Amino acid sequence: MTVLDAPSAIRPGTLGDSVLRPDGTAKVQGSFEFCSDLNAEGCVWGATLRSPHPYARIRSIDVSAAWRVPGVLAVITADDVPGQANYGLIVPDQPVFAADVVRYVGEPIAAVAGDDPEVCRRALAAIEVDYDVLEPLIDAEAALDPNTPAIHPDGNVISSQPVIHGDRDATGDVVVEATYEVGMQDQAFLGLEAALAIPDPGGRGLEVYVATQWMHEDRRQMADCLGLDPESVRLVLGGVGGAFGAREDISLQIHTSLLALRLGRPVRMAYDRAESFLGHVHRHPATMWMRHHATADGQLVKVESRMVFDGGAYASTSEAVLLNAVTQAPGPYRCPNAVIEGHAVRTNHLPCGAMRGFGVVQVCFAHESQMDKLADACGVDPWELRLQNAMHTGDTTITGQVVHNVAPVEECLRATAALPLPDEPVGGHPRADGSADVMKTPGGAGRTTDASDVVRGIGWGVSMKNLMYSAGFDDYSTARCRLADGVVTLKFATVEVGQGFVTLAGQIARSVLGVDDVVLGRIDTQVGSAGSTSASRQTWMSGGAVAAACRAVRDRLFLHVAEQHDVDPGQLEIDGTDVRDEASGWRIPVVDASAGVDIDETVEYRHPATEPLDENGQGDCHVGFVFVAHRAVVDVDPELGLVKVVQIATAQDVGRALNPLSITGQIEGGVAQGLGLAVMEEIIQTDGIIRNGNFTDYLLPTFLDMPDVVATLIEQPDPLAPLGAKGVGEPPTISSTPAIVAAIRDALRQVDGVGRPLDRVPVRPADICLPARASASSTTG
Amino acid sequence: MAVFVATDVESAVQRLDDRPDSVVLAGGTDLMVEVNDGRLRPSPDADVVAVNRVAELRSWRHDSAAATVTIGAAVTYSEMLDEPLATLAPALAEAARTVGSPQIRNAGTLGGNLGTCSPAGDGLPVLAALDASVEIASVAGRRSVAVLDLMKGPKRTTLEPGDLIVSFTLPVVDGWQGYAKVGVRNAMVIAIASTCLVLDRQRQRVGLALGSVGPTVLRVPAAETKFAAALDWRTMTAERDAVQAFGDGAAQTAAPIDDHRSSAEYRRHAIGVLTRRLAARGLDTAGRAA
Repeated sequence: MTVLDAPSAIRPGTLGDSVLRPDGTAKVQGSFEFCSDLNAEGCVWGATLRSPHPYARIRSIDVSAAWRVPGVLAVITADDVPGQANYGLIVPDQPVFAADVVRYVGEPIAAVAGDDPEVCRRALAAIEVDYDVLEPLIDAEAALDPNTPAIHPDGNVISSQPVIHGDRDATGDVVVEATYEVGMQDQAFLGLEAALAIPDPGGRGLEVYVATQWMHEDRRQMADCLGLDPESVRLVLGGVGGAFGAREDISLQIHTSLLALRLGRPVRMAYDRAESFLGHVHRHPATMWMRHHATADGQLVKVESRMVFDGGAYASTSEAVLLNAVTQAPGPYRCPNAVIEGHAVRTNHLPCGAMRGFGVVQVCFAHESQMDKLADACGVDPWELRLQNAMHTGDTTITGQVVHNVAPVEECLRATAALPLPDEPVGGHPRADGSADVMKTPGGAGRTTDASDVVRGIGWGVSMKNLMYSAGFDDYSTARCRLADGVVTLKFATVEVGQGFVTLAGQIARSVLGVDDVVLGRIDTQVGSAGSTSASRQTWMSGGAVAAACRAVRDRLFLHVAEQHDVDPGQLEIDGTDVRDEASGWRIPVVDASAGVDIDETVEYRHPATEPLDENGQGDCHVGFVFVAHRAVVDVDPELGLVKVVQIATAQDVGRALNPLSITGQIEGGVAQGLGLAVMEEIIQTDGIIRNGNFTDYLLPTFLDMPDVVATLIEQPDPLAPLGAKGVGEPPTISSTPAIVAAIRDALRQVDGVGRPLDRVPVRPADICLPARASASSTTG
Repeated sequence: MAVFVATDVESAVQRLDDRPDSVVLAGGTDLMVEVNDGRLRPSPDADVVAVNRVAELRSWRHDSAAATVTIGAAVTYSEMLDEPLATLAPALAEAARTVGSPQIRNAGTLGGNLGTCSPAGDGLPVLAALDASVEIASVAGRRSVAVLDLMKGPKRTTLEPGDLIVSFTLPVVDGWQGYAKVGVRNAMVIAIASTCLVLDRQRQRVGLALGSVGPTVLRVPAAETKFAAALDWRTMTAERDAVQAFGDGAAQTAAPIDDHRSSAEYRRHAIGVLTRRLAARGLDTAGRAA
């Protein structure tokens, strides 16, 4: 990838520099210690028994045979949960162990501990569960029907949220509508779920090493279920290999802890890939009807939508996912009128919750497909139509919220369009011997396709995404900074999942305090909460907290320097690695100025408060927004339905680029994940049973599937952001998906002048090359 | 359970005879998946017979007089991509390149491909289209069988307990051969439809084999014969209609199923397209070379 903006001269290691990750080399060389690598003296293994049925009543559980397996040390069920029986991020509706009913394939029923994993496997096989198998509820639309029997005491509807804005009866000259579907995507992080629990002597507390996203929230839920005070549950971050939302919910934390407390000895648990597919939440499948009204020349008048998100068996964060979806349904455009109705429902599918993009990925596929349809109906170029409707700073969203953020949608569109198109011809450049490079055509190594079979298409996708937590949530992050003898030590509970906060934190301290040496303390719960590493929030939130803690230390250092050297503390500043008196130009290196001092400050950072939506879905519910544009160039083999994404060009609103290399990583990774949803990634369930819970059949893009990514960063520091910087993790994933699908549609239209609706992602080969299904799409006007 | 590391065919088959429930381990790319998924568990009665150090299985030889190449069962996919083997068996090299990742290709073997006998096995359509034979050893001695006769159904062969796949013998064809495979990813993917086409100029014979569209790899005898008759073997050209009919014949012979990887309808469609494209490639290439 090329980031075309050249960085200016900056002090190495400070903000704006492409500082390398401290854990990068270890990860590449395979020496990084992931949570699954951890062990402890006397440690034994734990394992989980899971339901084979999507919906069944448990008549009885007989664990007696499991106890007779040699090497088994503990067998626990719901009866052994000393605290709260259920847990959950928003509402505690999910049992630690199913006691009377199982509601999805993979729901935990019991756990065992044994000398080794094979003992555990045999013990699990020996547990006899007598099920009364019930008819699963697998149709999300049916779940909305009040006549459908409830599969959970809380009912089948997890959340319903309308958004009514402006004139609900407004109409446009041109109306386009269609129904769109998004399949269930898996986060597919490479570092599988793992935990190591070490009980305290006496058994009234424990230390748990875990690969997670939000230590203090884990601790809260764990303590509730373990029947302990939160202070007695100490979490330490184990090495995390990716998260993408899948570690926000509890998976093995409580099970591992229960076994360790029961045995009074350390217990480790680690999922394999198959169990991981069952053990964490996924991206919500969604069905979204949208109708866009516009003037004849393409100005948006109104967006109507009805969307149903399938939350699976338990609530998780469905309510918040739905809130994001309904409030951002039109995308990054001025839309004076809106009538949106959204529902998140319970089914006997795998539970769904957080995944990169969190509700916006789904609606973005729908609204961007609609913008193309509208452009077509109005006879306007798709890029022009987006430009014409682009939101700007000061515009109002459909919840009535004024966007005070920098909103450079137009700049993103223009900068993306200015990026060069690929110089590779269809089929790629020939190899040195003149033969065709099959890896550059759709089908790749399979040699399915010759250059003459290929049509190239171009498509656009633009998106907005709210940053941080919304709707009145008390969202904060804590950081502690200590300066002693020129060395800064930072302490926070900000989870590093691979996003790079461990790099950024040091950069902040070096910039604010003028030091070179920064030491990071262990990431654990021995400091206040940092909130979750999600919602593109840690650069803003924990970045804000670290900056604030460093500034608090700096101010005390200035007082100390002023006292020692008889200068005015109000006139002091950090200039490079010196403390400098603005008035006289006198300076002293920070290393010398801090010799013998020990300054220690802990600060909580809060973003501006938000408010819940009212009954019409109106209110200032979001903190701020980030924007991005994507242009996809895709080579399509229309006859076989195969594709090769050739290039993604993108201009992303970053506020301020604090670490351009780190942003590059997020952009490339996010594009890969967006590409995956566009053309291959989907968890397939038949009658509630997962069919492809492995990496043989759940396909992720490989290097050969990855396009060239050309990016430019739109740097307009956001006045609301503590460092001027916005989170960058989610946007690359969100609108890359619709851009790729739009490019495929564009290619197909060149073949027969009609094309295909492609109203569902992932797009399958048959959707491209076989006769279209009956489509709900229509255009009038 | 014990792991027996064989160093010659005789000791391997003796061990398999002594312990009939034993499993053969070559590259382990199928076997270890079975173990890790819990479908195959170590048992007191079953040993693992590792054949990676059996020199005969790890080598290949070219018999230029007979115009054949004999490939040991434990030759890896990576080795099939190396010259000069890749030139002697070009369709096999093309198929080998589609297998898994470099790590898998460094471990996986042709013998394992047949031993597992998945309808999606990438090497199998090539062996079938070339009418390859397979040498099998047991304590009773050695025998040679047509690969097509060995493949019985999904993950089922006519191999008996105690049998060990030793090698494959395939003709070095004067003519064109090629392989093509559809998956929903541009590499490292299980075939949802695959084809191998052989145009043997000397014998004026067409061989077409289909993967992933039946209980095992399928040949297409009627369409092969018809296409061979329609082909001008001297100029290596054919009428467009003949190529179309060849593709249609292949698609009709395919007996695909719907599963989580693809619909049957798409698989059948893909077979028709791949067959036509391979034929066009073969005629084009061979025609130019003449």
